Amino acid sequence: MSVGIRRTRSRFAAILFGGPAALGLTMFLAVPFLMALILTFTDQRLVSPDASRFVGLRNYERLLSVTTLVQDPVSVGDGQDRYVRIRDITRTDPAYRGYRPLTSFAVGDRRMTVLARDPAFLRALGNTFLFAVLVVPLQCVMALGLALLVNAGLRGQTIFRAVYFSPVVMSMVIVSVIWSFLFDRDLGLFNQALSLVSFGLIPPIDWLGDPRAAMPAIVIMSAWQGAGFQMLILLAGLQGIAQELYDAARIDGATAWQRFVHITLPGLRNTITFVLIVTTIAALGLFTQVDVMTGGGPRGSTATVMFEAVRRGVREQNVSYGATISLIYFAIITVFILLQQLVLRRRQGARR
Amino acid sequence: MPSERKSIPLRLALYALMVCTAVVFLFPFLFMIASSFKTNDQIFTDLESFRALLPVGPLTGENYARAFRLGHIGHYLFNSLLVTGITVSLGLVVNSLAAFALARIEWRGKQAVLTLLVILLVVPFEVISVPLMLLVASLPGLAIGADGIEITRSWLDTLYVQIVPFIANAFSIYLFYQFFRDIPKDLDEAAYVDGATPLQVYRHVIVPSSLPVFATVTILQGLAMWNQYLWPLITVPGEAARPLMVGMEQFFGARRTAWGEVMAYATIITVPILAAFIIFQRWFVRSVVGSGVKG
Repeated sequence: MSVGIRRTRSRFAAILFGGPAALGLTMFLAVPFLMALILTFTDQRLVSPDASRFVGLRNYERLLSVTTLVQDPVSVGDGQDRYVRIRDITRTDPAYRGYRPLTSFAVGDRRMTVLARDPAFLRALGNTFLFAVLVVPLQCVMALGLALLVNAGLRGQTIFRAVYFSPVVMSMVIVSVIWSFLFDRDLGLFNQALSLVSFGLIPPIDWLGDPRAAMPAIVIMSAWQGAGFQMLILLAGLQGIAQELYDAARIDGATAWQRFVHITLPGLRNTITFVLIVTTIAALGLFTQVDVMTGGGPRGSTATVMFEAVRRGVREQNVSYGATISLIYFAIITVFILLQQLVLRRRQGARR
Repeated sequence: MPSERKSIPLRLALYALMVCTAVVFLFPFLFMIASSFKTNDQIFTDLESFRALLPVGPLTGENYARAFRLGHIGHYLFNSLLVTGITVSLGLVVNSLAAFALARIEWRGKQAVLTLLVILLVVPFEVISVPLMLLVASLPGLAIGADGIEITRSWLDTLYVQIVPFIANAFSIYLFYQFFRDIPKDLDEAAYVDGATPLQVYRHVIVPSSLPVFATVTILQGLAMWNQYLWPLITVPGEAARPLMVGMEQFFGARRTAWGEVMAYATIITVPILAAFIIFQRWFVRSVVGSGVKG
C-alpha cells in the first residue's frame, strides 16, 4: 500500500472515529459555554413572549453593586439611639434606589450599613467562601490522618482503606438524607451523643434549623463524605516517598514526630498542594447538600453561589441572570484551576 | 511501608484507632440499613442505645413495600439503570474511538484538537448547566404519543435528555488517550503491514490491551451518571422520566417524618453501588486515584 493512500485513509478514519465525540462535545459543552458568555449580556428568560434584548453589563452590575451608607443617630429623647429606616432612604434617595441592606455595624455612635443591589447573591458568595474555608482544612487534615493510618503497615489495612473510602462512592443525595436524620434536633444521633458525653449539659442543637449551626453541620457531613478521596491521593503520595529516608532517620534516632515533620510533610508537599486546590474547587461548587438538607435556609445561611444560580436561572426562569452567576463562579474557580495546572506541571516535571 | 517492627501495644492502639474510625465512617450506613427494617416507633425507641445501628428487635418489610408503592421506586430504578447503562456503553465506544483517532492516527490539526480538549476538560458542568438546559429546551425531539412517534419541540422531561449530552465526555477521552498513547506503536504497525484497517487495529490490537482504562472509565462515568442530581432536577420535572436521586429527594421531602420508609428508599438505591464497590473495590480505588492524579 502506498504511503499516500494510507494517509488519505487515515485522515478519513480519524474524522469517522472522532466525529461523534467531536459533535457531542461541541454541541453539549462548547456551545453551551459560549451561550453562557453571550447570555450574560441579555435578559433572556426560559419562557417569555418577548424576544430577549441586549442589556450590556446590567446583570453583572446588579449582582455586584455594593455601596455604603453612614448614618448619624436621630435623637428622640428617650436616651436610645435611633436611625432613619433604611427602607425610607432607598425609597427616596435616588443614589440608593434599588439597593437593599446586606449588613450593618456601629462605628462609634454612627451606624454604617452596607447595601447591595442583590444582597442574597453576595450573602451566598460569602457562604460559599465560608464553606470552603471551613471544609478544606478539616477534610484535608482528616484525609492525611486516614492516609497515615492505612499506611502504617498493619494487616487488613486495605479493608479499612475501603471502609474510609466508601462514602465517596455514595450519592450525595443519599448521604444528605441520612445525615438530615442524624442532625435532627430532638431525635438525631448527634444530639443524643452530645448529651451523653456531656451528661446532659449541652442543650440540643437545632443543627439544620439554626442559622449559626446549619453551615457547620453541612461542613461536617461533607468532610466525612469526601475525605476518602483525598486520603487515596495522599496515600499515593506517601508511597512515593523513598523508604531509605525513613530508615536513615531511624538510625539517626529521629522520633516518629520528627520523621513526620522532616520527611513525610516535605515529601508530600506537592501532593498536599494539589489536594488543597482540588478540594477547594469542589467546595466552591457546593449545591446538592444544600438543596436536599436546607433549601438554602434557615434565613439564607446556607445558600451558595450554585444554589443561587439554579434558583434564579431555573426556578425563577431568569436564565440570563443564572448564567451570569455561573460565570462569576467560573471566574473564581479559574484562579484555582490555573494553580492546579501549575502544580500538576511541576509534579510531572519532578517525576521525569 | 515502614519496615520497623511495631511493638504490640502500639499495634493494638493503632488497630483500636482504625476500628473506631471505621465505626465513624460506617455508622450512617448501619443506621440506614437497620432503620429500614423497623417501624418508626421502634427506630425512636432504639435511638437511645447501640440498637439504633443494628437490625434487632421486631423487624418488618413494610417500609420497603411502601417505598415501592408510594415512592414509585421500581419505575425510577428502571429509569436510572437505563440512563446509566446506555450512557456508559455508548460513551465507551464513542470516547475510545475518538481517543484512538488522537493517539494512534496521524492527521493534520491533531495538536490543535488536543489543546481544545484540554481546555474543555476544565469547564465544570455547573457552569454550563443553565445554558445547556435552555439549549435542550428548544431542541426538537421525539416522543411516543397516541398516534405513534411524534415530533416534540423540546427535550425536557425525557430519558434521552439525561443520556445524549453525556455520551461524549472530554475527561473519558483524555483517560483513553493517555492509555492508548503508551501502547507500543510497533503492534499496530505490524497489523497495518498485514493489511489491517484502522478499525481492525482498534478492535484487535488496542481494545484487548486496554481493559484497565475501559474499567476506569466505566466506573467513573457510571458513578457520575448513577449519582446525577443537578441535571435531572432542572430538566426532568415530570415523573415519567425521573431518575432515582430526584425520586429520593422528592420522597424525602414528602415523607420526611416516615424515617423507616425514607431509609428503605435510601437502602435500595445504595445497595447496588455498595455491592459493585465491594466486588470491584480494587478497581474503584485505582480509578479514583488515577482520575485525581491526572485530572
